[in-house]
Amino acid sequence: MKVNVVDARGKACPEPVLLTKKALEIYKNGIDVLVDNVTARENIKRFVKSLGYNINEKEELDGILLEIRK
Amino acid sequence: MGEKRSIIINGLIVGFLSTLLVKFGNPINMGICIACFIRDTVGSLGLHRAEVVQYLRPEIIGIVLGAFLMSYGKKEFQTRGGSSPFTRFILGFIVMIGALMFLGCPLRMVLRLAGGDLNALFGIVGFASGIYIGIQFLNKGFTLKRTYNLNKAEGFIFPIVNIVLLILLISGSALLIVSAKGPGSQHSPILLSLVVGLVVGAYAQRTRLCMVGGIRDLILFKDWYLLSGFIAIFVAALIGNMVFGFFKLGFIGQAIAHTDGLWNFLGMTLAGFGSVLLGGCPMRQLILAGEGNVDSVITILGMAAGAAFAHNFKLASSAQGPTANGKIAVIIGFIVVVLIGYFNIEREISFKVKGDVKVEG
Repeated sequence: MKVNVVDARGKACPEPVLLTKKALEIYKNGIDVLVDNVTARENIKRFVKSLGYNINEKEELDGILLEIRK
Repeated sequence: MGEKRSIIINGLIVGFLSTLLVKFGNPINMGICIACFIRDTVGSLGLHRAEVVQYLRPEIIGIVLGAFLMSYGKKEFQTRGGSSPFTRFILGFIVMIGALMFLGCPLRMVLRLAGGDLNALFGIVGFASGIYIGIQFLNKGFTLKRTYNLNKAEGFIFPIVNIVLLILLISGSALLIVSAKGPGSQHSPILLSLVVGLVVGAYAQRTRLCMVGGIRDLILFKDWYLLSGFIAIFVAALIGNMVFGFFKLGFIGQAIAHTDGLWNFLGMTLAGFGSVLLGGCPMRQLILAGEGNVDSVITILGMAAGAAFAHNFKLASSAQGPTANGKIAVIIGFIVVVLIGYFNIEREISFKVKGDVKVEG
């Protein structure tokens, strides 16, 4: 499956959440978001859960990959 | 939800400890005020000569070190920087000009309201308006660009600077100026102020408590998380003020405040607008600086410079009201923030694709 990945590494809040929001408006079935700090991870989690998405985390070499799916 | 309970407790602690600091000597409705205390610290170092507001405030040191120790212990300390540093410096400078027009940072704004100072209502409406304006820029793609990981040593410098300042303060160094009268002469015992700072800094590092973030996230994402901390501060400070007998309802004769509604409004509009573009209120900048965020260190230096200029150029308000210079500075501040907002808009959102097809955003 092809998945769109938003690279939100290094971005200060609320930008990672805003990027996630915009990306989900385009790809409603789900996206991956790459972040590199805990605050961004928590904020995105809280946000996508409020929209009813599921979220799965994966530790990657250069950050945390958040897999956001319907 | 556990997370939410945690930030509410955090807010209650901040609100209560703030009134406790007033009980033990801090100025009324100024248990903690990041803008005022950075200004006092800058004055103590002799960078401005307003004799009534010079004292090296241990609360600031405590907040930075509390956030540093907590983030280090939780392995969240991460040295980073490089996200438009000079723009951040300027924004920090301007946020301070706005805050000193109103006479308080967003935290003190809530504490003032909790003390019955109704002038703070103009501040809050202004603050929310400023955040709303800033959000329009965020929605259009405003960004100060990403940060990068830096050499770890860089992140330790700011906490070390704070330790040096603390040593100067505790040793009673003659290098530091201390006000003989006025707000700068009113302070709690050093140890109490320091411990309160440490507790507030450590706790807020965990919960990400932020005054700007509260209203911003509510408008942007309908998320009450951060705002619930903000409300908890108000409730606890209100109760504390009633218990200790500091509560005084009205507009006139409030401590370290003026009654010019328009400029209270505009000062906080500017502070809110600038803070949204910075991604956090002055307190949050202290916490981030403790976590190794050098961009926030630069922002704090900008606020410190802003505070020095605010008094050297007579931009800061007093109980008598705003100054003509201050009004001009606030107007210039708006123009500069709008320009910064406009020139940092990035319209494209780009996607990388896992798989083989390239997708444009």
